[in-house]
Amino acid sequence: MKYIKFLLVGIIFGIVMSKAEIISWYRIYEMFKFQSFHMYGIIGSAVILGMISMFLFKKKMVKTFEGNDIHVSPKKKGLYRNLLGGILFGLGWALAGACPGPMFVLIGKGVVSILVVIFGATLGAFMYGAFKDKLPH
Amino acid sequence: MDFIFQPWPWYVAGPVIAIVMFLLFYFGERFGVSSNLETFCSIGGAGKFVDYFKIDWKENTWNLIFVIGAILGGFISTQWLTTTEAVAINPQTIQDLADIGIQNAGSSYLPDEIFSIETMLSLKGFLILLIAGIMVGFGARWAGGCTSGHAIVGLSNLEIPSLISVIGFFIGGLIMTWLILPLIF
Repeated sequence: MKYIKFLLVGIIFGIVMSKAEIISWYRIYEMFKFQSFHMYGIIGSAVILGMISMFLFKKKMVKTFEGNDIHVSPKKKGLYRNLLGGILFGLGWALAGACPGPMFVLIGKGVVSILVVIFGATLGAFMYGAFKDKLPH
Repeated sequence: MDFIFQPWPWYVAGPVIAIVMFLLFYFGERFGVSSNLETFCSIGGAGKFVDYFKIDWKENTWNLIFVIGAILGGFISTQWLTTTEAVAINPQTIQDLADIGIQNAGSSYLPDEIFSIETMLSLKGFLILLIAGIMVGFGARWAGGCTSGHAIVGLSNLEIPSLISVIGFFIGGLIMTWLILPLIF
């Protein structure tokens, strides 16, 4: 039962991804063509409100439902890791028109071909694990 | 109630995503979808070949449940909350897409030229979907996160690694959109 809350948050996430057309390939293309404010407004407003959340967590004004402090562990540092990994991700994002979250939402929409993309993404994660010692980080 | 059935504007979607992130932290976890791809590898037995995947994936069960929720959310939205398939993109975008060989842009969520069953069953179409996925999965794990973990959580937390990653996302996305997509179709 402790997982029900994650299911519900996931459902909210899936609905907003779909209703705001974030799962649309066209919205991603339009964003990279700088022809609409839609995606920038979504990411920008989420980040501004996210900053307020982080402030509340750091000042310990908000704790977890179990009363523990919320500590946001930092991402790994490294120019090559973040820049080269980011560029590769961006190439895939603009081609598939979907990042990992929307890929799953598109299954719910009944898009069969997205399964090939998800299989590829899993294979890509496996390839990273297999080659990671040979890559610059 | 009618606004529920209309496409949601950015100023509704952004705050709802921020609430999703807030709730995951409140429940003691961290918003990040692409780590599930590694969990899939671990469940599939990748740990037998690569030590990197020898993890106790059961710790990530919450995130798999979140993904199942996302799939259900997509289903619920499509079945009961959406009355039109059309996406009101910029007319200039429609024209630009027609110029590179993608017709009827915005008449549905996805272009048939990439996502129709017929395209998927062709060699070229299959490879486009597969390679796009590989780049997303490989890149996300190399960078240590995707749009959720880096662009939403990382930028909110003012992290330099996330800023570098998001700049990378845009370099890659712009190269694909402006230079490579015109050559594909």
